[in-house]
Amino acid sequence: MDDALIEKLGILADAAKYDASCASSGAKPRRGGKEGLGSTTGAGICHAYTPDGRCVSLLKILLTNHCLFDCVYCINRRSSNVRRARFTVEEVVTLTLGFYKRNCIEGLFLSSGIIRSPDHTMEQMMLVARTLRRNHGFAGYIHLKTIPEASPWLIEQAGLWADRLSINLELPSDHSLKAFAPEKNGGTIKAVMGQVNERIVEAKEERRRFSPAGQSTQLIVGADDATDRSVLETSGTLYQRYGLRRVYYSAFSPIPEASSVLPVKPPPLQRENRLYQADWLLRYYGFTVEEIASGGEGGMLDLGIDPKLAWALKNRERFPVDVNRADREMLLRVPGLGARAVDKILSARRHTRLRMEDLGRLSSGLRRARPFLIAADYHPVGGLTDRLDLRQRLVTPSSQLSLF
Amino acid sequence: MLTITLREGADLGGFRQAVRRLAAARTAPDEVLWSVGAPSLFGDEAPPSEDGAPVFLPQAVGRLIETVVCHSDPERYALLHRLVWRVLNGERALLDQHADPLVHRLERLDKAVRRDIHKMHAFLRFRALPGPDGGERYVAWFEPDHHIVEAVAPFFVERFESMVWTILTPKGSLHWDRQRLMTGPPAERPDSLADDRFAEGWQRYYESTFNPARVNPTAMRAEMPRKYWANMPETAAIPAMVRSAPTRVQAMLEAEAAVPRRRMPEKAVAAMARQAPESLAELNRLIRRSEPLVPGATRAVLGEGPEGAAIAIVGEQPGDQEDRDGRPFVGPAGQLLTAALEEAGIDRGGLYLTNAVKHFKFIQRGKRRIHQSPTAGEVKHYRWWLMTELGFVRPRLVVALGATAALALSGRPVAVLRERGPMAFDGWSGFVTVHPSYLLRLPGDEERRRAQAAFVADLRRAAALA
Repeated sequence: MDDALIEKLGILADAAKYDASCASSGAKPRRGGKEGLGSTTGAGICHAYTPDGRCVSLLKILLTNHCLFDCVYCINRRSSNVRRARFTVEEVVTLTLGFYKRNCIEGLFLSSGIIRSPDHTMEQMMLVARTLRRNHGFAGYIHLKTIPEASPWLIEQAGLWADRLSINLELPSDHSLKAFAPEKNGGTIKAVMGQVNERIVEAKEERRRFSPAGQSTQLIVGADDATDRSVLETSGTLYQRYGLRRVYYSAFSPIPEASSVLPVKPPPLQRENRLYQADWLLRYYGFTVEEIASGGEGGMLDLGIDPKLAWALKNRERFPVDVNRADREMLLRVPGLGARAVDKILSARRHTRLRMEDLGRLSSGLRRARPFLIAADYHPVGGLTDRLDLRQRLVTPSSQLSLF
Repeated sequence: MLTITLREGADLGGFRQAVRRLAAARTAPDEVLWSVGAPSLFGDEAPPSEDGAPVFLPQAVGRLIETVVCHSDPERYALLHRLVWRVLNGERALLDQHADPLVHRLERLDKAVRRDIHKMHAFLRFRALPGPDGGERYVAWFEPDHHIVEAVAPFFVERFESMVWTILTPKGSLHWDRQRLMTGPPAERPDSLADDRFAEGWQRYYESTFNPARVNPTAMRAEMPRKYWANMPETAAIPAMVRSAPTRVQAMLEAEAAVPRRRMPEKAVAAMARQAPESLAELNRLIRRSEPLVPGATRAVLGEGPEGAAIAIVGEQPGDQEDRDGRPFVGPAGQLLTAALEEAGIDRGGLYLTNAVKHFKFIQRGKRRIHQSPTAGEVKHYRWWLMTELGFVRPRLVVALGATAALALSGRPVAVLRERGPMAFDGWSGFVTVHPSYLLRLPGDEERRRAQAAFVADLRRAAALA
């Protein structure tokens, strides 16, 4: 590893960092053995955290940040003056193996600007994955960004080597996409998501390996005028129709060399956090988009409180909930109770009638849950949920890092 | 009061032995004092036959014990003994009672140990040093909170089985020589572990992947507390990264929207649209250099015949002979097809012959390679190639031989015997008939003759349609 390679690494890591995805989970177990290198365990590991609080799990780099596309939100668009660099296939392989052997990473997350053509670019990326797997017996995690404009055969091939494929939708509506990413097309992107989903499902049924950790995507929040409701509706469709494993939300972040079309001020990061919380409610807590959106105003989530609490405050007649009787669905709707706490409650209450003291051992969010609960020895006095100042009483700055 | 002294660290064996004895003697937790350090009560000399009888515990209890013995809390054995005692005395499902104070406490110990294990998997860093025989060996220093050195070993062995490595900690050490794992005594922090260029590269990566516009050191420290930083080279840059973040962001916000310095690469942008293969030969080059999408497969067997042929015949996949020769329809089924074409008065040389799947899928049995039918999913992996291929050949009629070809062309499962005859494929006039290998498999002569005649009749009909 020489100075030039370190320099390139700096440029191409910087260029890749706006992709929020970092997961290294969900892969089928795999091990490299005596001749190869590495393993995937299914769980994923964060090997470091940077001072932005995000985890470093995969070596997240671009093959090149030269790009023929001109997406205004992207630092690498062809009209940007950013410094450019390009790795060879061998260089990416060397870096991945070197960092992996030092236990810095779980594997590689490779994306790229479009050079020459989408097909050419995709084939180079695939070549990296193939070289790692076949020539080096690499059994670590590989996440390949799929270029939706590439020919379908490349996607058929990419799934052989990758643990996860992802295609970034970036903007929730077709018209934003048209305005901000002239070379992209929402229809093409969704067609490829459909193709990938079909192959993943078939392979799973036939017990073959094809992108075993599924596919994911990213939506940029705050670059266009989309409401939270429409973002979540898009996510809901993506989860249902295309079987996506994850939708990542990336609050549009100021970039050097920004385009004049973009908003000057970035959206509050809290908006991204609220969307992640809402996403969890969508996937694990049985909420619909409509219910989540109804907690806020005008299609936007309440930035001050989490979306579950927001929903509960607007549906106070559904509370308080008796922890010793309520079904799982309703317990999941109690602010402050996570899915794990709910499961513990369900298993513990088979043996004993739960009191507040017991609940304190089962859940760490009891302070927020308290006004919405009934326990063996506790009934909220004077209908706590009727108090107008309940929102204020529950919102203190310290309680705002939850769920995600 | 009975005092039981176990080994330093995670003495699972000692604890198990003690529990067996205590259970056999029905000794209650209040009568036992657990300590750690001196030689074990039952000593190494106690032969295994003198162990108390095994104690039957629910699996979850066994798993919990295995983790909690690793904790550095001196009370761990007493707590675990209390758990075992209660489980053996009528509370089999005690672990489900998450609100029970003892269970709650043990769950927290369990969680702390798991977290420690997880963080060691995550934050340990190897440095490469020159090894014997010119290779590299890898060394790491790590300071876990709990006695987890042996618990983490399987992870590192599995992941780095092909490397020679040593992990040193104040609680014990591990050494892997690619064959065997050796455990060693507690180690001292090495004076210095030389950094190589990869450590430098990693630090550059760490700095570059950080987004100053999102600075949030609290979230970082919640997951990566300071105590781990000393052994992670990349963290040296953290203070400067945090300090410079606001000015970097301010500079971005104040910078005027950039005017592109380079001119728009019009030609290159226009050229992007012409990425698809422009000829059959180009497509075939792609197929040939691609990875097979079925197991087995030694080479791609490509289509054969003139572009512009009136009829394209699509089979299932190359067989053993086709795979050896690199040509379609040259094995037994191919010969049968040739004969049937002759009988139908069709010139094989004027046809385009190809397969839905371009590789021979087989499993090896001794010296024989046994044909395996491609799955529906595998057929779809090849579908774009097939359709693009037909797009170059542009036949007037596409004949599907057998179910696989019919599936590939129509995109749905087809019952060949019931649906044989004309069928519209995705954009092509089509015709479905049996695959000649089906004729080879028919048992009786008479039956085969009849089927063969029907096959020839189908070919005649298809030729008339084209």
